[in-house]
Amino acid sequence: MNYPVIKGTAYALVHAPNLLLVQGSTQNMERAKNPYSEYLRKLPQHLRSFSEVVNYPPNQAYIGNLLPDELNNIAKPWYENPVQGDSQGKYGEIMDEALFYALLKISDAFDLVMLEKSFTEELKERIASHPLFAHQADLLKEGYGLEDIEMRIQDHKAEELHFDGKLVGCVKRAHDWDVNLNAHVMLENLVVKASGVLALKNLIAKNDLAPEEIEYIIECSEEACGDINQRGGGNFAKAIGEVCGCVNATGSDLRGFCAAPAHALVQAAALVQAGVYKNVAVVAGGATAKLGMNGKDHVGKGMPVLEDMLGAFAVLISENDGVNPVIRTDIVGRHNIGRGSAPQAVMEALVTDPLDRAGLKITDVDKYSVEMQNPEITVPAGAGDVPNANYKMIAALGVKRGDIERQQLGDFVAEHGMPGFAPTQGHIPSGAPFIGYARDLMLEGKMKRMMVVGKGSLFLGRMTNLFDGVSFVIEANSGESAAGAVDTDAVKKVVAAAMRAVAERLMEEE
Amino acid sequence: MDLENQARIKELAEKLGPENLVVILGGAEAEASGLAAETVSNGDPTFAGPLAGVSLGLPAYHIFEDAIKNLVDPQVYDDQVSMMEMVLDVDEIIKEVSTYREQYAKF
Repeated sequence: MNYPVIKGTAYALVHAPNLLLVQGSTQNMERAKNPYSEYLRKLPQHLRSFSEVVNYPPNQAYIGNLLPDELNNIAKPWYENPVQGDSQGKYGEIMDEALFYALLKISDAFDLVMLEKSFTEELKERIASHPLFAHQADLLKEGYGLEDIEMRIQDHKAEELHFDGKLVGCVKRAHDWDVNLNAHVMLENLVVKASGVLALKNLIAKNDLAPEEIEYIIECSEEACGDINQRGGGNFAKAIGEVCGCVNATGSDLRGFCAAPAHALVQAAALVQAGVYKNVAVVAGGATAKLGMNGKDHVGKGMPVLEDMLGAFAVLISENDGVNPVIRTDIVGRHNIGRGSAPQAVMEALVTDPLDRAGLKITDVDKYSVEMQNPEITVPAGAGDVPNANYKMIAALGVKRGDIERQQLGDFVAEHGMPGFAPTQGHIPSGAPFIGYARDLMLEGKMKRMMVVGKGSLFLGRMTNLFDGVSFVIEANSGESAAGAVDTDAVKKVVAAAMRAVAERLMEEE
Repeated sequence: MDLENQARIKELAEKLGPENLVVILGGAEAEASGLAAETVSNGDPTFAGPLAGVSLGLPAYHIFEDAIKNLVDPQVYDDQVSMMEMVLDVDEIIKEVSTYREQYAKF
């Protein structure tokens, strides 16, 4: 089979402490219920600076500067053991909040983002030196007077944008009455778009791609854009592609809670393998609602509020080039509707069923990229170490099947797993974060096979109690495809020569 | 404990009578399981949900506890739960849940 390949990946983070305060759902609910609470009072003292988030080891791992396994060698808590970080990474970058406001403005097609004049001037200078956005500096326009911005906030319920303790702008509502176009939703959606742009631009730049080559974009985050008559009408994908110069692409949005990226990657692979499109980009922007989601636990335990990062990623799936790792579209796991939602049933459907079909043992997969949430965020909130629990479940399944002995359970987790390193942005940690490293390790001949496991909790939408998940295997390219094409030609020549010989013999016989 | 689940349990207790109700937990973690056991017996300690200040006195068991496990068809238990038994800290979970049950359950 001529499998599609992972041609490139990009991972980006945005430091968003002010969006956390204004837009995070936990903070919003607390303000509504208990505006003078101790939590809201203490929260600002627990926010991190930009240099702290750059030097935070899991963030360096996310953008490609620190192999996740190396986190095992860094003492915990990681927030007290910084590394010498870089805002630029092998796979992407960490952007500060002010520059991200500029990106919000650049991504704003309806003049909804108002940035203050002097702040705009500062941003123009900064954006002019950013390699990916310098050519779009004019889109920042002239900026607005502070009175104008304050009036929009007071009289028209615009959402505030703060930086360094100052009001620097706002996002207006896009309609007077439509709840799906109010200022809160517009800011949330513009953040998805702008962070998606950051990931896709990095994908194109870091992998020497031409934006014109991309034929289709699948956006797989968790928000919905549309108006009162079509709440999730779309289309983030095309909107992101437009800002990135993907003039030959169309696209669509795919939703499936945290499992959406895995669904999207399988669909992208299928579109390429079927020959519908040559290059399909899977892109996801970040979620403002989840900023500071577990803030109460973090503040209560005297920690920094670690959910101050918006996450984004992009992956390009392309035709087999005989070099890049392939997506084994014949080793795909799916949590089918009739399967039941017990964790055991889910893991069997996603891990052992597809491996069984391919005649593989769980130990034949070098690394599993599961729900890669940073445990330093989830453990204090009582949600446990999510990737570690996933690895233990896979190992336990292996014990039940006889692939490994019970006493090897811990070794399996250490060898085939890795520490969680992704921000808790729902879809962002789910399966996708390790694809970049896996691609590099496979290109270097240091890894043969990995499995991406994406899972989603559908009950949150109150439409079904079913669980969901999709998985697939990525494998080092055997090079057979390129060689195979040559072989086919050679076979054709041999057959043609034989046919000619037969024909000549027949004619001689006549 | 999830606010909607608190509302459901409160409603069931009112409808069926708390003496006719046992809560079976499937929590993956000791602290959260204990919190759920406390909520359905003594009331919501976080004072956030419908069971805040409401002591239903319901006995809560974790599915891992022998009293419940022995009632389940062994094949079903093996298919649905045995993998998690290998993964989770069973002793810690049972200890936490039974502590709250012994302290606050009225039935």
